Amino acid sequence: MLAMILKEFRQVGRDRRTLAMLIVMPVVLLLVFGYAASFDVTEIPTMVVGDGAATRADLLPPVFAVETVAVEAGREAAEAALVAGEAHVAFVIDGGGATALIDGSELFMARTAVQVVTAMSAQVPGLTQEVLFNPELDTSAVLVPGLAGLIIVFVGTLVTSMSVVREREAGTLEQLAVMPFKPKDVFIGKIAPYFLIAAIDIVIILVIGTVVFDVPFNGSVLPLALGAVLFLFVALGIGVLISSVSENQAQAIQLAIMTLLPQIILSGIIFPLTSMAAGVRWIGYILPLTYFNLVAKGVMVRGASFGDLLIPMGLLGGLGAVIFGAAVVRFARQLRPARSGAPT
Amino acid sequence: MSWGLESVSVVFGDTIALEEVSLQARAGDIAVVVGGDGAGKTTLCRALVGLDEVASGAVSRPPRTGFQPETSGVWGDLTVAENLQFVAGAYDIDPGRAGRRITELLEVTQLVDARDRLGRELSGGMRQKLGVTMAVLSDPDLLVLDEPTTGLDPVSRVELWSFIALAAREGRAVVVTTAYVDEAARASTVLALDEGSVLAEGTVAAVVEAMPGRVYQSLVAGGVNSWRRGESWRVWSPDGSVPLGGIATVPDLSDVVTVAALAREATR
Repeated sequence: MLAMILKEFRQVGRDRRTLAMLIVMPVVLLLVFGYAASFDVTEIPTMVVGDGAATRADLLPPVFAVETVAVEAGREAAEAALVAGEAHVAFVIDGGGATALIDGSELFMARTAVQVVTAMSAQVPGLTQEVLFNPELDTSAVLVPGLAGLIIVFVGTLVTSMSVVREREAGTLEQLAVMPFKPKDVFIGKIAPYFLIAAIDIVIILVIGTVVFDVPFNGSVLPLALGAVLFLFVALGIGVLISSVSENQAQAIQLAIMTLLPQIILSGIIFPLTSMAAGVRWIGYILPLTYFNLVAKGVMVRGASFGDLLIPMGLLGGLGAVIFGAAVVRFARQLRPARSGAPT
Repeated sequence: MSWGLESVSVVFGDTIALEEVSLQARAGDIAVVVGGDGAGKTTLCRALVGLDEVASGAVSRPPRTGFQPETSGVWGDLTVAENLQFVAGAYDIDPGRAGRRITELLEVTQLVDARDRLGRELSGGMRQKLGVTMAVLSDPDLLVLDEPTTGLDPVSRVELWSFIALAAREGRAVVVTTAYVDEAARASTVLALDEGSVLAEGTVAAVVEAMPGRVYQSLVAGGVNSWRRGESWRVWSPDGSVPLGGIATVPDLSDVVTVAALAREATR
């Protein structure tokens, strides 16, 4: 038995990457997720519109972080700001009363806002509240769009990375390299099925979400489709990048999981980004799922238009260009290291 | 027409994988590269088909080169027919012509009955035959086969060599690597490698002719310069002197390669 234990220790010791993952990752995960795992909302981006908005804004409890005050604007502008995600609560001052419009697509912020406004209305006569987009504050309405993104990450990153590594392990990547394919032909051919499968997955998830879980679909399909395509490119690009640094499928799975876990915890689909410690929140802002979640939730729940989602779309596009570009370059380099010289 | 390597060196970090190796493969001929593990056979194939960069020297290959990697290069989750259809598609071969050629090749390689079996369900010999068939399908001018017979039973080796010989008779230049010295006897030219450099090269007859010293058969071992062959020993005498109980014998290629390795060892 001692021989067996010794053999296992030797084998584990030789697999440096797994060893590092087993020792370093729990510490990193505990620290990162410990700071990220918080449902406490301390700050809600808020706007105040209407007569006396500036005065009223000063009287609001500190949880309402007033970012915009517009005396001239009315309810219409406030709703538009909520749809665009520029604010998550808008106080509309109208005559003697005021209405707090609350963005129901941000579940924890909305619940906190409802709680605080309810408490305020006992002291402020004429203050009413209205939860928009998701009046019942239904959890599935908020989670399903993000879950669709998670499925894309799973198919795009994990399955794609394993597929390319499997090809290398079997020696068939060499076959492809000597065939009269351009590297981009192999690359596109390799990811095309996963692109299609992930796209079908998204449609299935969203249909089930809307039909079975009554998730609203208030926006247009087009911006969501565009966001999904951009996000797919990022996810597939990460998959190919992982495959280019993995020697076998086990390593590819490990690395894929290392990219999946932060996206689950830090992208805002479970814990609100604003509730995370600043030290780990920035990680969320470089994760593609963060922006797909903003796009999907924006379109489905708030009915946001393409114009409302320019920033997350642009960032997804930027991430896609960088990651997908790097994946193409690395893949091409691996596939044809010595093909630059033309055969004679 | 001939293709090959001219004084090629391949370097990986601090390791010289190939050192000034030359190899010419002429149309219709079979050039066999023989060597043990780590001799540089796979690196030579990869350099020849353009998968590994050469540090120095020149590589010449035709635009259409067929290659079978060490792993057979067969897609395990495609059937025999699908593997071949994919290769035909990759080389843009007309579907009608591809269909006829695939049927013809499957008949020659006796894989007809296996055409609908998945690559991973094939025996080692069948998989290697399929790999060579895939490399031949595009009608390449140069065919590079990396250890196609390794691990095969004797019958499968014979069948595979018949197919390789047929490929050469069709006018292709064929380069085959192997760890089995007896297979090198089938070659037009032989290149014996050891740790990335050339031990011996030329036609079989020329390589045998160029062997230094003499080889004797003996019933007793003759120190470091002896090796077992069947029930007796072969003893290499660098200066040609007769060892105790030695009977002069005509060396075969296996003896010559062994002598070349011993001669190199002696100079180190």
